[in-house]
Formats: sequence, structure tokens, C-alpha cells
Amino acid sequence: MLTDLIGIPIQALAGQLLLGLINGSFYAMLSLGLAIIFGLLHIINFAHGAQYTMGAFAAWMGMTYAGIDYWWALLLAPLVVGLIGVAIERLLLVRIRNLPALYGLLLTFGLALIIQGLFRNYFGASGLRYPIPAALSSGTNLGFMFLPHYRAWVLFVSLAVCLVTWFLIERTTIGSTLRAAQENPNLVEAFGINVPRLITITYGAGVALAAFAGVLAAPIYSVQPQMGADLLIVVFAVVVIGGMGSILGSVVTGLCLGLVEGLTKVFYPEASSVVIFFIMILVLMVKPEGLFGRAS
Amino acid sequence: MAEAPAAAASAVQPVGPLLAVRGLNAWYGESHVLQGMDFDVAPGEVVTLLGRNGAGKTTTLRSIMGVMRKRAGSIVFADRQTIALPARTVARLGIGYVPEERGIFASLSVLENLHLPPVFSRSAMSDQEISDLFPNLRERLSSQGTRLSGGEQQMLAIARILRTGARFLLLDEPTEGLAPVIIEQIGRTIGLLKERGYTIVLVEQNFRFASTVADRHYVVEQGRVIDMIKNRDIAANLDKLQNYLGI
Repeated sequence: MLTDLIGIPIQALAGQLLLGLINGSFYAMLSLGLAIIFGLLHIINFAHGAQYTMGAFAAWMGMTYAGIDYWWALLLAPLVVGLIGVAIERLLLVRIRNLPALYGLLLTFGLALIIQGLFRNYFGASGLRYPIPAALSSGTNLGFMFLPHYRAWVLFVSLAVCLVTWFLIERTTIGSTLRAAQENPNLVEAFGINVPRLITITYGAGVALAAFAGVLAAPIYSVQPQMGADLLIVVFAVVVIGGMGSILGSVVTGLCLGLVEGLTKVFYPEASSVVIFFIMILVLMVKPEGLFGRAS
Repeated sequence: MAEAPAAAASAVQPVGPLLAVRGLNAWYGESHVLQGMDFDVAPGEVVTLLGRNGAGKTTTLRSIMGVMRKRAGSIVFADRQTIALPARTVARLGIGYVPEERGIFASLSVLENLHLPPVFSRSAMSDQEISDLFPNLRERLSSQGTRLSGGEQQMLAIARILRTGARFLLLDEPTEGLAPVIIEQIGRTIGLLKERGYTIVLVEQNFRFASTVADRHYVVEQGRVIDMIKNRDIAANLDKLQNYLGI
């Protein structure tokens, strides 16, 4: 059996590719939420990383203080954090709806700093441990690599979530209303549809998606206040590369860039933390609207 | 002049107006576009707003619909004051709106465009009736909305509001940029809707077309109604009308 490829052991390669795919699926989920929120609210949601962190902390707090297990957390944390998102939209974002997009960016950036600061104050900056649920704690030897079950689960669920989101937006009535409101909210309102409520629900759903990703991440990355901010910087680069225009585009770009990052770790580890930003610069020079974006 | 339209409306129809607009003002930022519009529309009537570019015809429709944010005065529809209502509530009173340039959504298919506005009333046209009325749309349901020809887009925009059950229609320049044969088809559709008892307010530049479908014409200039001409008197008033419209 082939055990190495141009001097790289197959096992190391497969392991890094899996890691890359998992990182990529987090990029995909988060950039999906950002794209949905941006499409309707025209706000670059800088609090997205903090909302992902809130999801992870909600799971951790649920387990530590109330004995809520991982599976319930997967359901409850996005619900709770999504409702907080709804409150943020109703109380704060609604006030700046008619102002330039920069105000939304600054407001959500401020929120992100406050949320991170609160977590740092109460839980410290070091990571908290969240165990892998018992049912998924083992793994399978595939011959060419060892596949931890939890990682396979994360990959499966995040892809399923992306697919369901795509289906909701592209193939249902709610989705067509959302797309129409992105194009011309005034006209959609003139057809008797409550657009402000649609905006609130959309923001809440985007935030819940980030929190869901946070719960998925809790057992693999350590739960700490900075986790979302670190990830968000990369996710913004992913969004710039993919372009804000397309749902499927965000998902594909997220996964591919995760893979690229994984491969870079194998072949030239020194560049692995900057390769995405390097691609971003290239894309900006060649196709500034992004690979899947529409020029406006 | 402000009294004339009300008197004329009651001469045409003994019942009270379905829509009564009084002292309607509207602004785009600092620009004062409507400066006291007064007019009535009786049930079952087809009425046009004629006037030059920038006279305020489109703004009038947008104000009735509630899409204009800055407006004042009185708009009474079916005995209900709507001046302070948001567009979504106005729509649910049974007013259907076809905006300038038709407002077909590019990211939606023809069928999605058609099904976008919720159905409000039992008098709504069924999909079958719509399909009989606009046979061209039948084969194009899965196409992207903006792939349709201009005429088909106009049909779709009208079909879309008929499906909601609206019986009062605001049509903003339905013939703009369309070929004569399509304009004829739209004229026939409007005639058919009138036969079925729909009430229609039409904004038009093309007064020849307007004279084939309407009962009365309001002439709008600088945000006011300056004259009202009944369609049966249009031949006698041709010079005056051409003078108003600058043609």
C-alpha cells in the first residue's frame, strides 16, 4: 500500500485534510450567517464571533451549572443566543437602520468587545474544558488514518446545516420573501409583508447559526473569550474571497479554504496561518467582488 | 379647482368615493413634491393621472400606498383614514400596487414572484384564473423573473397583485417602453378587469392609451391636480390637454 506521497506520510496528509475540512466547515457556517445578515440588514455583523463564543459558553454554563448535556445544548444554546440576537436587533440595530453601514459595523464591533470583556471578567482568559459527548468519544481506524467520531460528526452536522439553510433560502416561500426583501424591501412591504419583523427574525437566525457553530466547537477548541474573535478574522477573509452574493458560494469557499489551509500545514507549515490572507489579496486584485459575488 | 373633482365624481357614480385624497403633501428630503393633491376615485372606475415628467404622479401612487415616508394630508380608502398607516397595512386593505418599472425581482423565479404577496381576501383570483388571463406566463413559471420580456414582466406584475385579492389597483405607467401590440393587450386586460368591477388608478404619459381605457383623467402639474377631464369629453379638450402635457 502506498504509505507516502512525495515524501509526506499519507496518514499525516489525511489527518491535516480532515482538520482542514473541519476548520472549513466552521468558516462555512459563520460566513453563511454573515452573508444572510448582510444581505438583508446591510450590516457587517462584527459581533458574529462573539455570538459564536456565546454559543460555546452557553453550552459550558449549561453543563456546569444546570447539568444540561451536549445534545440539549446543541438545541438550547442557539435558541437562547438567537433570542439575545433578536433583542439586540429590536433594541439597538433598529435605531441605526437608516444610517450608513459603517454605523452598524461600529455598533456590532462595540458589542463584540463588551461581550468578550464580560466573559474575560467572569471566566478569565484561559480555556475551559468541555468534554466530547460519550457517544462520540471513540474513533475508527480507516486504515490510512484514524477518524475521531466527534470530528466526523462535526463535519456531517455542519454540512447538513449549510444544506438546510441553502434549501430554506432557495426553495421555500420564506426564502423567496427573504431574497425579495434583499432586493427591494419597500416593494415587499407594499405587498403586505412585515419587513421589519422579517429583518428581526433573519438577524436572530444568523446569530443562532453562529451560536450553533460555537456549541459544535466547544469540545474541540477550548472554550475561551477570544475564540470567536480569532476565528472571525479568518471568516472575514473567507467572505471577501467568496463574495457576499451567494449562499452556496460562502459554503464552498469556506470548505475549500479550510482544505487549502490544511494542505499548507503539510507542505509549508510556516505559511499556514497567512495563506488565506494571501489568497484574499490575490482575489481582491483580480476579482474584487469575490469569486461568487456579483459586481454592484 | 379643488371642488371640481369631488363634484364630478359624484356625477359619475351615485355612491361615495372608494378613494378620497385631500390636501395630500409629500416630500423627498427637502424637496416638496406633492403640494395639496385633491381627487376622488369612485368604485369600479378607471381613472388616470396625466401630467409631465416630475409632476408628482408616481409620488401620488407611492403616497397612497404608504411607500413615501414623509407625507401629510388625508387619504381615505373605503372609509378608513390611511395617511399614517405603513405600506403593509395599506396593502392588506385591498390595494394592489404595480410600481414604475414593474418591480419584478431578479432573484426570484416567475412563480416565486407570482406567489410573493400573501393572499388577503376571498375575492382573490385563483392560479387557474390568472393562468387563463395571462397564458404567456404559463410556460415561463420556472424562468428567472427578469428574463421575461418587458410585456410579460408587466403581465406578471399585474397577475401578482390580482392573486392577493386586491380590488383596487394602482398601476404606474404599465405601457412604458412596450411595443404597440403589447400595449393593446394590456389595454384589453384593464378593460376586462373594469368589467369585473375592479377600480384602477393609472399613471400614464401615453394619453392616447389612457383615453382607450379610462373614465376620467386628472391632470397633475407641480404636485397639484389642475384639471379633470371626462373621457367622453376628451375630443373637445384635445388642445387643452396637449397644452398641459406639452405635446
